Amino acid sequence: MFDFILSRYNYWIYIILMMIGLYAMIGKKNLIKKIIGMNIFQTAIILFFISTAAKRGGTLPIIEHAHGAHPIQAASYVNPLPHVLMLTAIVVMVSTLGVALAIVIAIYRRYNTLEEDEILNLKR
Amino acid sequence: MEVVYSISPLLAMLASLMGAILILFAGERNRNLREFWTILASVVKFSILSSMAPLILAGKTIEYTIVNICPGVYLQFRVDAFGMIFALLASGLWIAVSIYSIGYMRDLKEHAQTRYFFCFAMAIFGAVGAALSANLLTLYMFYEILTISTFPLVAHKETPDAIKAGRKYLAYLLTGAAFVLFSIGLTYYLTGSLDFVAGGFVGGHGSRNLLRLLFITFMIGFGSKAAVMPIHEWLPSAMIAPTPVSGLLHAVAVVKAGVFCCLRVILYVFGPNLLSDLGIWLILAYFVSFTVIMANLIALTQDNLKRRLAFSTINNLSIIILGAALLSSNAIKGSMIHIPFHGFMKITLFLCAGSIYVKTHKELISEMDGIGRLMPFTMGSFTIGALGLTGIPPVCGFISKWYLCLGAIEAKQLIFLSVFLISALLDAAYFFPIVYGSFFKKPNGMNPRFNEAPLLVVVPIVVTAIFSIIFFVFPNAFLSFFKMATIATHDILGRG
Amino acid sequence: MSLHSPVLAVVIPLICAFLALLFGWWRKNLCYPITLVALSSSFLASLNTLHTVITTGTIRYHLGNWNPPWGIEYVVDHLNALVLGIISCIILVVGVYSKRSVEQELPEKIVFFYTLYLLLATGLFGIVVTGDMFNLYVFLEIASLAGYALIAIGEDGAPLASFRYVIMGTIGACFYLLGVGYLYIATGSLNMADLSQMLPELYDSRVVLVAFTFFMVGLALKMALFPLHTWLPDAYTHAPSTVSALLAPTMTKVGAYVMIRIMFTVFKPDFSISLFPITSILGWLAAAAILFGSIMALAQVDLKRMLCFVVVAEIGYIGIGVGIANRTALIGAILHIVNDVFMMACLFLAVGAIVYKIGTRNIYRFRYLHRKMPLMMALFVAGGLSVVGIPPLCGFFSKWYLILGAFKADKWIFVAVILVSSLLNAILFFRVIENVYLEPPEAGRSLEEIPTDEAPLSMLLPMFVVVAGIILLGVFSGRIIDVVIQFAIPPSI
Repeated sequence: MFDFILSRYNYWIYIILMMIGLYAMIGKKNLIKKIIGMNIFQTAIILFFISTAAKRGGTLPIIEHAHGAHPIQAASYVNPLPHVLMLTAIVVMVSTLGVALAIVIAIYRRYNTLEEDEILNLKR
Repeated sequence: MEVVYSISPLLAMLASLMGAILILFAGERNRNLREFWTILASVVKFSILSSMAPLILAGKTIEYTIVNICPGVYLQFRVDAFGMIFALLASGLWIAVSIYSIGYMRDLKEHAQTRYFFCFAMAIFGAVGAALSANLLTLYMFYEILTISTFPLVAHKETPDAIKAGRKYLAYLLTGAAFVLFSIGLTYYLTGSLDFVAGGFVGGHGSRNLLRLLFITFMIGFGSKAAVMPIHEWLPSAMIAPTPVSGLLHAVAVVKAGVFCCLRVILYVFGPNLLSDLGIWLILAYFVSFTVIMANLIALTQDNLKRRLAFSTINNLSIIILGAALLSSNAIKGSMIHIPFHGFMKITLFLCAGSIYVKTHKELISEMDGIGRLMPFTMGSFTIGALGLTGIPPVCGFISKWYLCLGAIEAKQLIFLSVFLISALLDAAYFFPIVYGSFFKKPNGMNPRFNEAPLLVVVPIVVTAIFSIIFFVFPNAFLSFFKMATIATHDILGRG
Repeated sequence: MSLHSPVLAVVIPLICAFLALLFGWWRKNLCYPITLVALSSSFLASLNTLHTVITTGTIRYHLGNWNPPWGIEYVVDHLNALVLGIISCIILVVGVYSKRSVEQELPEKIVFFYTLYLLLATGLFGIVVTGDMFNLYVFLEIASLAGYALIAIGEDGAPLASFRYVIMGTIGACFYLLGVGYLYIATGSLNMADLSQMLPELYDSRVVLVAFTFFMVGLALKMALFPLHTWLPDAYTHAPSTVSALLAPTMTKVGAYVMIRIMFTVFKPDFSISLFPITSILGWLAAAAILFGSIMALAQVDLKRMLCFVVVAEIGYIGIGVGIANRTALIGAILHIVNDVFMMACLFLAVGAIVYKIGTRNIYRFRYLHRKMPLMMALFVAGGLSVVGIPPLCGFFSKWYLILGAFKADKWIFVAVILVSSLLNAILFFRVIENVYLEPPEAGRSLEEIPTDEAPLSMLLPMFVVVAGIILLGVFSGRIIDVVIQFAIPPSI
């Protein structure tokens, strides 16, 4: 049992990070903390994808001595596709962060606070 | 049965639709043009419909398909004898009511007349569409158009009371429509078809209890429009509308469409055989008999003329349904011809009430003593209508009631025979005091000089009253309602 | 042309978004024509796609000529060709409409507005045409990010509403991404067609179950399915009029499309229906959504907010169709996607015009509106009656199929829910109609004194198009089903 957990520690960390992020997004009142939670949440997903690609002793997926000198040995490479996906996902996440921060700035300009309950009070 | 494919049903429908659109474009500024379109549309519509009558009398049906809706269901018109009766009634009386409305609305300087005439045309569009529909879904479509387009008419005065009446009207009728939609969906689920067949088509599909449930939901749905008790409450409230609207509601389009749909369901969806097999006709008959008696008893207590007429309408509608529910050939025939005959007589009465209102602004019967001396034409016509509804010759009401009574005897249901007779007695009890009072009592506070309503108002009244008599003398006079009812009855019972 | 039309529909708005930004710095008023050109060419391309699909069947377009499953593939079959055609039409129509409203509400932000508008269009078109799971995620986020920004430039409460939408939307998107990850672990592929070939053997795998669950929750968030709809009413209420009119018809419906795609293409129907009880859960949630949305809408006095809850209810209709999951109900659900795009566009556009003219959305201040804007109000009534379900307007026909489907599945409660909700909708819309048409004139003021003050032509014309669409979609619904929708249903249902 303990072994089961330990041997997959990266997945456990991803789940823990995700839960922390989810809690912060939903439970925290401060808008910046929500954004931080969002980032933790997204980072956890990146970790998850990268974990799936990882391989003990795997090398870069670059074909040495091309032109057919060595046969391609897929088994010895780290799977490159999740990395590529995550590069795209990082771009998406950074844009999300940018939009979220821009919106928070707009909120701050209007209400002079970033606490959600205070804003709701002001709106009334 | 021979089927003729022809575009005339569509043309008849388009006549009132185009009329409505032209009315809208003419607007308040060109009121003469607007009224011209109203009259033109009604005349054109009526002539197209009556041009189809000879084919129908020859025992054929006319079909026109517009578009497929779902497998086995088309947006389709099929004109048969029964539908023709209702279509001719609605479009024929539209002419009379249009002329009357012009006089009435102008004389009272009513507001929003364009909306009024537009909605009126749309309501006729819906009513005639329902009459010509070939299947339940097409019927439902026009039924809803009729419901919606009547709402602005009911709430026309825009006073808080009128708005309340409008809300009540919508609440009852849209709830009814939900029941109808449920029933139509269930019918399609059970049979895979929605086309009307003389003598019914749902027999043999589904369990007996499911069919009973289906019948009950159908009756609740369409019954809300036919003002069967206890879902009649909207009708007396809707009396707040202008009088031509009440005439339209009662005699021409709305409640008649409800009754028409009930009869369609009884005779063309379920059919006499299935209903007597399920035994559910008896429940329906008792239910509407209760309405027949109760409505008349309530009518006795009403002092407002229009409300009294409203309860008289509720009574007559249930008589029509009762006739169909008896399932015997004479009763079905009687109830079918009672639709147009009651239409002519009732519209006479309503237009009279309107005419009195235009001239004297009186609505209460107790204030109408001696009014016959002022308005002899109006009250003379009223007397004819009242005689007819009571079932006294020489007015056409006698014929339909005669057949209804014969039908009750034929069905060996003496209880329902007595219902017909008692209701006729009660009719007399609440109509004759009005007639007596208006002619023989001394007018109080009124100048007993001849003081008739405007010509545009009186002429339609006299015309409809004369027709009520003509239909007695020649039941087959040029609209041939009687013959059509005979054909329809023969179709239903011949096949069943 | 017809070979490349699916990709053109996506690429043209993308390029024009940047062109609009560039030219906008030089001349502000160039943005509107650029947007219109881009959207109309997208619309033509999608019509062309739809036509090709109807005549020759599914189109498969390999981006950059890389063969799937390695390259990204656009797959357009009957389902997404239809959705593509409908939403590109509505996006174009709303684009035409936007001119006056944006000039009035956001005079300083015209350039950014149109740039974002085109990006949003790119995202939506991309979601619809793509046949690749990860590509779909990217387009989903392009559309959502543009949507967040567009909402945030709205009135007073908009930034906060938009922020909440960001949080909820991100959770939804991340769940979707996780689902993609799990599917990738299980199969090693991201291509939808490829996945649907490989998945049936793995239906017992827990990894696949987890992936499916993540998809469903993520998409339910994106399409605002009850009880995950909480972001929607605030966001759409406070957004600028044009933005609500764009987002309300398209965004949620595209979410619904993705859900249908994943449930019935990526996964086989027998998995979604029998192996995993998702359809029955979905059906009950959707029924709750319908009732909740309609009842909450009753409590609103702000017309736009009322319509937002109507959107929640309408999503429920689609959900109920998918939840019943027989052929008839699915036809109803897909037909409702199409119809609802038009109905919601009609209603939200009308609200935009009302705000443009009288500056308030409070239902009880609508007095005399039928005098001021007779045409606009008549068109609004048509849209409202369609939502209520009055034939021959289109809203009735999708309800009809949903009711038939519920009967076939013996789900009588769903029939009752649909009927009750059409009654609730009737109350909703007749309340507005009453306030517009039937309020008695104030003492001392006659109705004739109120001048006509109709909305400008650039607003009326789109409304006419949409209402014509509502009527035509209704009358020809049978034909649409025959030609397109029946092929969009998976044959095994």
